[in-house]
Amino acid sequence: MCKFNKLSVFFAALLFFSLCQASNKIGLVLDKGGKDDKSFNSAAYEGAMKAQKELGIELKYVEAMDSNALESLHRSFAKRGFDLVIGVGFAQAEAVNKIAAQFPQTKFALIDGEAKQPNVKNLLFEEHEGSFVVGVLAAMASKSGKVGFIGGMDIPLIRRFELGFREGIKFQNPKGSLESNYIGVTGEAWNNPAKAKELALSQFAKGVDVVFVAAGASGTGVFDAAEEKKKLAIGVDSNQNWMKPGFILTSMMKRVDVAVYETIKEVHQNKFSGGTFRFGLKNSGVDYALDSFNKNLMTPEMKKRADDVKIQISSGKIKVSDFYKVKR
Amino acid sequence: MTGLPWLDELISLVLATLRSATPLIFAALGGFFSERSGTVQISLEGQMLMGALTGAVIALKTGNPYLGFICGGLAGVFVTLVFAVFSLKLRMDQIVLGTGLNILAMGLAPFVTKVFFDSTGSTPSLPAESRFTSEPMFLLFALIPLLLWWFAKTKSSLYVQFAGENPTILSSLGKSVLKIRLYSLMTCGLLAGFGGASLSLFLASAYSPNMTAGRGFIALAALIFGKWKPGPTIAACLFFAFIDSLQVQLQGSGLPVQFIQILPYLVTVVALAGFFGRSRAPAAIGKPLEESK
Repeated sequence: MCKFNKLSVFFAALLFFSLCQASNKIGLVLDKGGKDDKSFNSAAYEGAMKAQKELGIELKYVEAMDSNALESLHRSFAKRGFDLVIGVGFAQAEAVNKIAAQFPQTKFALIDGEAKQPNVKNLLFEEHEGSFVVGVLAAMASKSGKVGFIGGMDIPLIRRFELGFREGIKFQNPKGSLESNYIGVTGEAWNNPAKAKELALSQFAKGVDVVFVAAGASGTGVFDAAEEKKKLAIGVDSNQNWMKPGFILTSMMKRVDVAVYETIKEVHQNKFSGGTFRFGLKNSGVDYALDSFNKNLMTPEMKKRADDVKIQISSGKIKVSDFYKVKR
Repeated sequence: MTGLPWLDELISLVLATLRSATPLIFAALGGFFSERSGTVQISLEGQMLMGALTGAVIALKTGNPYLGFICGGLAGVFVTLVFAVFSLKLRMDQIVLGTGLNILAMGLAPFVTKVFFDSTGSTPSLPAESRFTSEPMFLLFALIPLLLWWFAKTKSSLYVQFAGENPTILSSLGKSVLKIRLYSLMTCGLLAGFGGASLSLFLASAYSPNMTAGRGFIALAALIFGKWKPGPTIAACLFFAFIDSLQVQLQGSGLPVQFIQILPYLVTVVALAGFFGRSRAPAAIGKPLEESK
């Protein structure tokens, strides 16, 4: 009798596991900032959570404590038969490229990077377009004409934000100036709010009154500084308006959540295809955030102007320089 | 705002220096106690991390930054108590132990935040009323003269120094070297914990993963640069913080930022090479006590 019981438990377990396998298994490899950076990684995590809730997929996420771990994280997901492995962040391009070649049956998605394998879907965002729009808004909100930019790690991706932002300011106010700072040159720059705050305070001391921060989890330091000095900050990646209502003018949203959700949905419906996909203003992949937290900071003219600029960029009337292309 | 732009910039530079020096000085003074009493201390980083984490967690749960700050210090003490058990009692190699504790602190933080906030490695942001505006800085600068006086004038400071230089003399006087090293270690933990807590409660507004960003090691470099003396060590911390703030100001001025960022380390290396006089570690540092005390 006892033996029989054990056997039935075993079969029940087997049945259970086979049922599990029927639902799509999605692995999410987050970047150093972690799922609670309230910015880039949080957006990816939210997209995946939404997919879990609505599509009933099975989600496992890991956070890369250091870049050397990326490859083995991707490999372990692929080995365990996950249907889709999503790499979040430019730093994962190499790891995804290598592992995707080793596991051609597994589907991969890569955000902010390009891997040239047929089973990889590269999700790229036109950050310069969105940054241009918030640049216009910053120039309109600034009383001194001095606007600031604080980047996390000094890499081409963040330079792309800066260049678009700079052009947006000049477009709106040719006399406006941009004060630009970077937190550091290593991955630690995404996690150094104390340094970010110092940079913001020094910019405010120089007369800057609106600061756009693209620095992952370090961004909170800039928001603190804005609150202390009663100035304005602009958030990035996620909608960060709620973090310090009244001090965050708007957020340059990269709809990483939408991209992640849509990719998972494609896998779920068996419509996945590899290649490179770009998310710009045209398909609302990047946008500025407007909600109840910042509606008192944005005048009707600002909103009108921003929407106008958005249309002009989408239609190609305004050309925003792309740092990736300018450099070459 | 004085109306003079250069004066404004100078003031903001000085204030930035004092702010970013605060966690460094706390940690370096902690390291001072530990190393002068004969214990190699490379786990300042871990003590700071635990201080920063505990400070943020307690301040979030109670809404009281002072309570958070004190608990942050106690968390540092806890780390050094573990250190003491292994180094003083079990006579483990202090470098290995210090490295181990640093890694342990890094791993413990995500675990704690997962349990309390379901977040891997960071705490939610502290509201403005449950964090400091500048109190840890004032506490530190009130503490410094007291400490300098203690170092120069008191008998107990001599005991600490002898524990690091020549423990046999101390034990021949009937003093327990073990006890003196233990108390010095605890003081070290308290100060380094305060340093960490001032990072999460004062310079930032939450705990984020590895937020110390190497400050424990920079503090150690300052201690060596300062020749294991309190005054010069504090000066070295201020110098490092000044370079850091200067680099913030100089960004965008055309000078490569990377160059300014290496300056503190370059100066340390040059200093250690003997250009500013010899920097000598306490003689008995890192040596476990003889079995017969």
